[in-house]
Amino acid sequence: MLRPAIIILTLGWLGLFVLAPHLLVVLTSLMTPHPQHLGTYPFTLDAYVQLLDPLYASVLLDSLGLAALTTLICLLLGYPFAYTIAGLSTRWRALLLFLLIVPFWTNSLIRTYAIKLILGNKGLINGSLMNLGLIDQPLQLLYTPFAVVFGLVYILFPFFVLPLVSSFDKLDPGLLEAANDLGASRWQRFRHVVLPLTMPGVIAGSLIVFLPAMGMFYVADLLGGAKNLLLGNVIKNQFLLVRDWPFGAALSVTLILLMAGLLLLYAWSNRRIHRRGGLDDENL
Amino acid sequence: MKIFNRSLVVLLFLILYLPIGVLVVNSFNASRYGHSWKGFSLQWYEKLWHNEALMQAFFNSLTIATLAATIATILGTLMALAIYRYRFRFKAMATGMLFVVMMSPDIVLAITFLVIFLAVGITLGFWSLLIAHITFCLPFVVITVYAQLKDFDPNLLEAAQDLGASESRILLRIILPLVLQAVVAGWLLSFTLSLDDVIISSFVTGPGYEILPIRIFSMVKVGVSPEVNALAALLLALSLLLVTIATLLTRNKAKS
Repeated sequence: MLRPAIIILTLGWLGLFVLAPHLLVVLTSLMTPHPQHLGTYPFTLDAYVQLLDPLYASVLLDSLGLAALTTLICLLLGYPFAYTIAGLSTRWRALLLFLLIVPFWTNSLIRTYAIKLILGNKGLINGSLMNLGLIDQPLQLLYTPFAVVFGLVYILFPFFVLPLVSSFDKLDPGLLEAANDLGASRWQRFRHVVLPLTMPGVIAGSLIVFLPAMGMFYVADLLGGAKNLLLGNVIKNQFLLVRDWPFGAALSVTLILLMAGLLLLYAWSNRRIHRRGGLDDENL
Repeated sequence: MKIFNRSLVVLLFLILYLPIGVLVVNSFNASRYGHSWKGFSLQWYEKLWHNEALMQAFFNSLTIATLAATIATILGTLMALAIYRYRFRFKAMATGMLFVVMMSPDIVLAITFLVIFLAVGITLGFWSLLIAHITFCLPFVVITVYAQLKDFDPNLLEAAQDLGASESRILLRIILPLVLQAVVAGWLLSFTLSLDDVIISSFVTGPGYEILPIRIFSMVKVGVSPEVNALAALLLALSLLLVTIATLLTRNKAKS
């Protein structure tokens, strides 16, 4: 009695609230817009054609660019960060990871608002600089793409670092010793042992940062001003204001396809490491 | 290199905590703007207390987070159990769906929820928020509980079965006590995830039931609202308490 009930509950909930909605979004993206309903017949590819419209294509490209920049900054700061933390003693490591997680469990909208307090015309940076007499006019930091990227990096950084730390943890120190004994230089050890083995962590982190970055409309709204900087802003407007649901749905299908592509890349990089027994032997 | 790396870590932690520090300090600052200290004051806390709409949204958020975390924990524990213990059709699909929920960007999930609520005819408000929050918390509970289930000896369950224990007895008397720690950790994680959500809530919220992120969003979009600082300080204290409990729980697990 209990067993079938649990199975039905599992399949029922996931089917109704995960599978069916995803199929419905794909279906909606193929319909003709209708003011009252999700969409109406006939089936059409219009919504996808609309994506190529220069107006939306430029938002899509801008958004991809901002998300890529965010991911790149996370990578440049996060890689040495994770490397350093992974190399610390267990106690320090646990403490620093805890400190990294605390803000990440605090409401991200509130953290975005906090950044606004710092970057604003009367905020901490401008206020301090003016009090010190270094500038007469406040610097325009807020409502710029810089502020948006700063906010995205700020909120997504811990998500990038956590998988990376665990992939540094899996690194076998024996491999580095072996490379050392075989006469590899510091750079060679890094390039042929450390880097390839932590690649899955880098890709996992990038995946966790890149896609959500495009969707975080509230960061763009609060820090970037009333511009459609991110794909998330366009999706939100199409759904909640314009009510062109097929187009909004087509935008999210595009994001889903991007996600699928990146997941395949991740699976591929993991397999590659497995096949090669962990070493980039081709180049050694 | 080592010095460079360590200074980078220290610097990044300073940047990570600076905005939060500014919020907390300013919640006690008599000045409206953050760049100068005009003396200690509790006026923003008092203003917060008298801001009925904000307090109502705070209360609504806590209600949704508590209910969503509790239901997601029960459902998620049962799902972890089903995946661990039973063989059934579409099992791969079920795990696939949980994976999709975990990996999908919030904005994509938000749209799938909105679309299904409109199609099924669920009015946007309390119920739509609750269902959406339960669903996006589920995979995190399943993963936490499943990880602990995988660790213990399957012979224990077989022995119980051979001795004639019924399925419900096995679940309640053997499995539940063994995964209790993971269940509690899953609840805490769900509670914070639910309180933290902005994107999904913005899509599935309705005029009848306003929750915190929506209220705060409309307040801070136009300008600076110091009572939000006070609320942020309170929420931070709450998160800190919960994270500490969760960390202590998982640390005990690692020890045993």
